[in-house]
Amino acid sequence: MSKENEINLTDASGDKYKYGFVTDIEADTIPCGLNADIIRMISAKKGEPEWLCEWRLKAFEFWQTMKEPSWAKLDYEKIDYQSLSYYSAPKQKVAPKSLEEVDKDLLETYEKLGIPLKEQEVLAGVVAVDAVFDSVSVATTYRAKLAEQGVIFCSISEAVKEHPELVKKYLGSVVPYTDNFYACLNSAVFTDGSFVYIPKGVKCPMELSTYFRINAKNTGQFERTLIIADDDSYVSYLEGCTAPQRDENQLHAAIVEIVVLNNAEVKYSTVQNWYPGDAEGKGGVYNFVTKRAACRGENSKISWTQVETGSAVTWKYPSCVLQGNNSSGEFYSVAITNNKQQADTGTKMIHIGKNTTSKIISKGISAGFSNQTYRGLVKVSPSADNARNYTQCDSLLIGTTCGSHTVPYIENRNKTAQLEHEATTSKISDEQLFYCMSRGIGEEEAVSLIVNGFCKEVMQHLPMEFAIEAAKLINISLEGSVG
Amino acid sequence: MTAPLLEIEDLYAGVDGKEIIKGFNLTINAGEIHAIMGPNGAGKSTLSNVLCGKPGYYVTSGNVRFKGRDLLKLSPEERACEGLFLSMQYPVEIPGVPITSFLKHAVNAIRSYKGEPELDTMEFIKMVKAEGKKLGLDNEMIKRAVNVGFSGGEKKRLETLQMSVLKPSLAILDEADSGLDIDALRVVAEGVNALHNENNALLVITHYQRLLNHIVPDFVHVYADGKIVKTGDKTLALELEEKGYAGFVKEK
Repeated sequence: MSKENEINLTDASGDKYKYGFVTDIEADTIPCGLNADIIRMISAKKGEPEWLCEWRLKAFEFWQTMKEPSWAKLDYEKIDYQSLSYYSAPKQKVAPKSLEEVDKDLLETYEKLGIPLKEQEVLAGVVAVDAVFDSVSVATTYRAKLAEQGVIFCSISEAVKEHPELVKKYLGSVVPYTDNFYACLNSAVFTDGSFVYIPKGVKCPMELSTYFRINAKNTGQFERTLIIADDDSYVSYLEGCTAPQRDENQLHAAIVEIVVLNNAEVKYSTVQNWYPGDAEGKGGVYNFVTKRAACRGENSKISWTQVETGSAVTWKYPSCVLQGNNSSGEFYSVAITNNKQQADTGTKMIHIGKNTTSKIISKGISAGFSNQTYRGLVKVSPSADNARNYTQCDSLLIGTTCGSHTVPYIENRNKTAQLEHEATTSKISDEQLFYCMSRGIGEEEAVSLIVNGFCKEVMQHLPMEFAIEAAKLINISLEGSVG
Repeated sequence: MTAPLLEIEDLYAGVDGKEIIKGFNLTINAGEIHAIMGPNGAGKSTLSNVLCGKPGYYVTSGNVRFKGRDLLKLSPEERACEGLFLSMQYPVEIPGVPITSFLKHAVNAIRSYKGEPELDTMEFIKMVKAEGKKLGLDNEMIKRAVNVGFSGGEKKRLETLQMSVLKPSLAILDEADSGLDIDALRVVAEGVNALHNENNALLVITHYQRLLNHIVPDFVHVYADGKIVKTGDKTLALELEEKGYAGFVKEK
């Protein structure tokens, strides 16, 4: 995939946002607004069973009693939830049997995004892409190969039909609809997303990958992802996002739920590159995401790695609930904000089981007039004997008009816990820039070199092809931030 | 006769609103080694920073031509690409950036400036390792981040390694001996000497004579009060060591 990407990413077209194009596909959009009838309509359109429709309605009822949170250090125009449309699917009467049947425009969009499905079919067995266009999956590859091992990788709508027992058991078990305002909204109106089940003892033979793309005008995106790693299993899951340019703010309130059972391990990597708005901060995606993993089993392990370069407003705290004894959670994050972007992001490590360990490495880079906050919680319950946490938060400032804030919360209720917290804030120094330039390296390249060095500890946790893409995205996001 | 590599004519320059260089003249031809000696605070580092275009340093008047081009019109990176190199007195740390990757960016930037294709990574790393070995920088060292946690001596070796990889036409060594013990000094000097040939030149800035025992200059200039006050051959350095700078400043 990297070849296609390279063409896009290095295209010196002068566009501020390299992925700013809109595919002209007729979308099947329902009327704007949100009420019980709309939710029934979504559920009906998707042919869902009664229990799921009921669940959505309960969530909606609860949502109406909730208030949008205001504690984050974010400043954005109030969202009118009644002016959004809650369902949009590309119009295709019959599901395509092969790639040849997939809408040509759609395929072209993916090509531009650097996901050459055709090429991937040939390359066989490197990455399976469950390509999500707007809200409904239109193409899934490699399923056969995964099925051999008993791995289920499909859209969540399909899972509802074909594996209802799994969905029923785990949906909302990590992020209940009562959890928070956005999660509750998602539970009421989620349209699609990915479902992964790794059976006992199976090491998933390939990296699973989903590309999201917000396309239809004025459509809130409510993805829902559910990953279950059964005993002694392993999976690495990649999520990458880009969105076309447009003027209206686009709301994105996704949920990712992960369940990790005995001795299982899940690695979840994200490269997020949604439209951040123009230099004045106009446009841009609002990203209010709830991501959480429950390490339910003994010795279970979850590792979140994220590279956040996009969105106008980001509200995101991928979390680990360490329930099983000896379970461990890791969070590696690079967040870059430029122009007028705002990000309030971090993680929560909830230690419940004995001998649980967690590690947080967060690197924030602010440039332009952007504002960034690291907000993290390390919580040790009375039951979590010998819990350990190591937290490191580093901030790098480029220029003098951006802001960086660190808000670490620590709640310790067990005296055997060992908690460490380190934080630094630094600036790219003129000396460093001059040093690079005196060796022939231009200023922008020097900045990207220094920034990539700053992020290295996190980037090395990304799968190889993702790391290359992420490094390029970092360069793109910082274009024009110096000089 | 070919044009000089570097010609500085009646240069006035400074930093932070303070004029430090006042009427400086110097011509360096390919194949030559020049040493500039002067007391602390004479503005020796200002000279190297002005020549390399460090932001914040300004030129009020005078001309500097490098390979026949107006050097002062070029950006710092263009100067480097044209073949100017500064071995810094206090090299900075760049966390997380491995030496090999830093050098590869530099080499490829210079190659692309000259319209040459990028180097093959494997070949390049092999070459850097070989050059590093000569300077007593082992493979483990070369994998480390630029200058991070390096001792004074290691930093100077790394500067020399960069010089040997970038192969400049004119290398300015700014206090290349500071922080070096005798053995390290010899290693660095040997590295520098190995690079010197009839097509390039060295400008050695120092306030001690001892470095000049190892890098033997063709010309020694005494620098005081913003300009060269006396020029001689290598024996001038010995004379300076004996008499101190005070005598020369007065002699003027």
